Amino acid sequence: MATEARQRTATPFYRDSRSIASILQVGFAIAVMVGLWLLYTNMMDGLRRANLLPSFAFLTQPAGFPIAESVIPYDPTMNYGQAFIVGVINTLRVAVTGIILATILGLFLGICRLSNNWLLRNAALVYVEIVRNVPLLLQLIFWFLLTKAFPRVQESINLGGLIYLHNRGLTMAWPEAHASFTEWTPWLWAGLLLGVAYYVARRIQFVRRDRPGIALPWALLLVAGTALAGFVATRLQTGDWPVVLNLPELQRFNFTGGLAVTASFAALLIGLVIYTAAFISEVVRSGIQAVNKGQREAARALGLTNGQTLRLVIFPQALRIIIPPLTSQYLNLAKNSSLAVAIAYPDLFYVGSTINNQTGQAVPVILMLMGSYLVLSLLTSLVMNWYNRRIQLVER
Amino acid sequence: MKRQMLVVLTGALAMLLTACGGQTPQAATQPPAQPTTAAPATTQGPTAAPATAATAAPSAAAGGGQAQPATGGRIQTIISRGKLICGVNASALPGFASVDSTGTYKGFDIDYCKAIAAALFNDPSKVEYRPLSAADRFTALQTGEIDVLNRNSTFTLQRDGALGLEWMPTTFYDGQGMMVRKSSNIKTLEDLNGATICVQTGTTTELNLADNFRARGLKFTPLVFQTNDEVVAAYEADQCNGFTTDKSGLVSSQTLLKNPAEHQILDVTMSKEPLGPAVAQGDQQWGDAVRWIVFATFQAEEFGITSANLGEFTSSTVPDIQRFLGLGDNKLGAGVGLSNDFVQRVIKAVGNYEEIYNRNLGPSTPFNLPRGLNTLYTKGGLLYSPPFR
Repeated sequence: MATEARQRTATPFYRDSRSIASILQVGFAIAVMVGLWLLYTNMMDGLRRANLLPSFAFLTQPAGFPIAESVIPYDPTMNYGQAFIVGVINTLRVAVTGIILATILGLFLGICRLSNNWLLRNAALVYVEIVRNVPLLLQLIFWFLLTKAFPRVQESINLGGLIYLHNRGLTMAWPEAHASFTEWTPWLWAGLLLGVAYYVARRIQFVRRDRPGIALPWALLLVAGTALAGFVATRLQTGDWPVVLNLPELQRFNFTGGLAVTASFAALLIGLVIYTAAFISEVVRSGIQAVNKGQREAARALGLTNGQTLRLVIFPQALRIIIPPLTSQYLNLAKNSSLAVAIAYPDLFYVGSTINNQTGQAVPVILMLMGSYLVLSLLTSLVMNWYNRRIQLVER
Repeated sequence: MKRQMLVVLTGALAMLLTACGGQTPQAATQPPAQPTTAAPATTQGPTAAPATAATAAPSAAAGGGQAQPATGGRIQTIISRGKLICGVNASALPGFASVDSTGTYKGFDIDYCKAIAAALFNDPSKVEYRPLSAADRFTALQTGEIDVLNRNSTFTLQRDGALGLEWMPTTFYDGQGMMVRKSSNIKTLEDLNGATICVQTGTTTELNLADNFRARGLKFTPLVFQTNDEVVAAYEADQCNGFTTDKSGLVSSQTLLKNPAEHQILDVTMSKEPLGPAVAQGDQQWGDAVRWIVFATFQAEEFGITSANLGEFTSSTVPDIQRFLGLGDNKLGAGVGLSNDFVQRVIKAVGNYEEIYNRNLGPSTPFNLPRGLNTLYTKGGLLYSPPFR
């Protein structure tokens, strides 16, 4: 065969590496499509035989099952679609809170890992090595079992009448808007406006003088000060505080009033934050260590303080290295929240499973679940990638 | 060298492609062939076990919807596998399904798994128990992972219809109850207004709870877990004020609590809970077989036939009993794909309904559940077997 081919002047198509490449690619694509088609028809036939043809019609039927906690009003007379949305919001609730807290804790731990203080450095090391080497599910169950160790609701641990800890979670006093809140709103807007104006003006000033400075804390103080002044002024004007603390009150079985955080939510949030913070701290540490040592030395030589070096020289450069892996950690946290099903927190996956169990519509429910997590993750990536591009521009 | 590799690669790919393409027509030609292999199976009973019929069913799926009347499919699969796969409760539910200290399954639901295995193999031990949570059980049945579900599951329209399942005769007529601490001084559901209530997800009780409280204008916070074990643990830790499930389940779970005497089951029944075995829809013959195995336990009690006195009845001249036990020329079993003496096999293995009940839930057990509705129609109960003729 080889000798024949050599005698011809034109290379036959089956010996031409270009055509072979495209044949291979087309062939592979066909093989994948045929495989998928076989799987699809097989599934549809199986479902047809079992009288379970997929349909989204169930979404408008009454759900009938209760959901323990919901940010939006929900009761079992509402339909499956609304129940699903409750699940989505519950997942968002734990994911967003978790991401914020895990970032703060992770950042702190990452800096601790690089501290000159022996105790701090090694405490952070022990934390990271223990937490990231134990499966998250175990940790979640551990935190949830720990909530059982707390006293019964009737014998709650009372922290100054503001926070009550018990085996169903914690109930805490929570601010509640009163009638005079509307009188206070102009003050809030004024404070915000003042704060932003001050911040912008100061930043312009810094740039003009070509000197670093601190603007944000002062701006925040300005906002808080104006708000507080308005708070007192409203009280003097109307004789009514615009916002009061809603204190929890113990009824026969449970507390009413205040903000209730269930044991499941608390355990899930604590578990996710502690677990993800360990990974984030490693991301932060590696990011900081990746900045050239010369940068720090140069900054010190210019007379910048330790804090200024970190804030103005090291951190902006470290951030570029930190953001991409940090995005992965955020995505992990959001997806890991589906382990909530083990500790009775009604997240997206939990509600989805219940809907699947009640309606038997496994395929549509799983598609909806996958779609929801996908959208959630893609949106997170989108925001993080946008931020990543923005800070990358600084590079010279 | 590189060229040679490419040629080999294309060859391999071509083989792969023809294999893929070849499978489709092959699958498409199979459905017409299937009824012919399956048809004799119905008359020959379980002894004829063409393994091909069982394996042909999944691949026939690609061909289209003709595979609908899959007669004999499931029974053949079980026979050729050599054991019955029975879905049971993953949580300990003493009296219904639990694992004892020697690792053997015991309970009312377990005995019905054994009864089916006895009818098929004349050996009640040929069962593989598949522990399932409430949320997983129907998927396991729908996908054919288990042959039959014996997991205190309630017969409802939604499950029978939309979930693609088929319910067998009710083996236990139950109703939903509520357990509370005696010290809590709760007497009625109304007393539970504002309480936290533990319930298992994927159950009818989860839905009934919401309905009952809404109908009475009561508020409650659900605390919902995947397994009964978790529910019991949370109730024990006083994370909830009430624990609701079928009354039989409450009686059973009460024995798992540290101090059972501190708890009581309220004198309210929130729903009807007819519990029984279930199979997947689409295999009539398998459904018939399980249905008549269950009926056989009722009928045996009606005739007074027990595992102890079965021998005396095998020489009976009463036509009803001869037919029931498949004596002489009576060939009733074959009609449902079972052997003609399947009733004898069942009684020998697990006994009649009364024996099954008393062994697991009766006066000699810690539960001492009164039979209530679960007695023969002749004694004012609901157990009624259609005639074996």
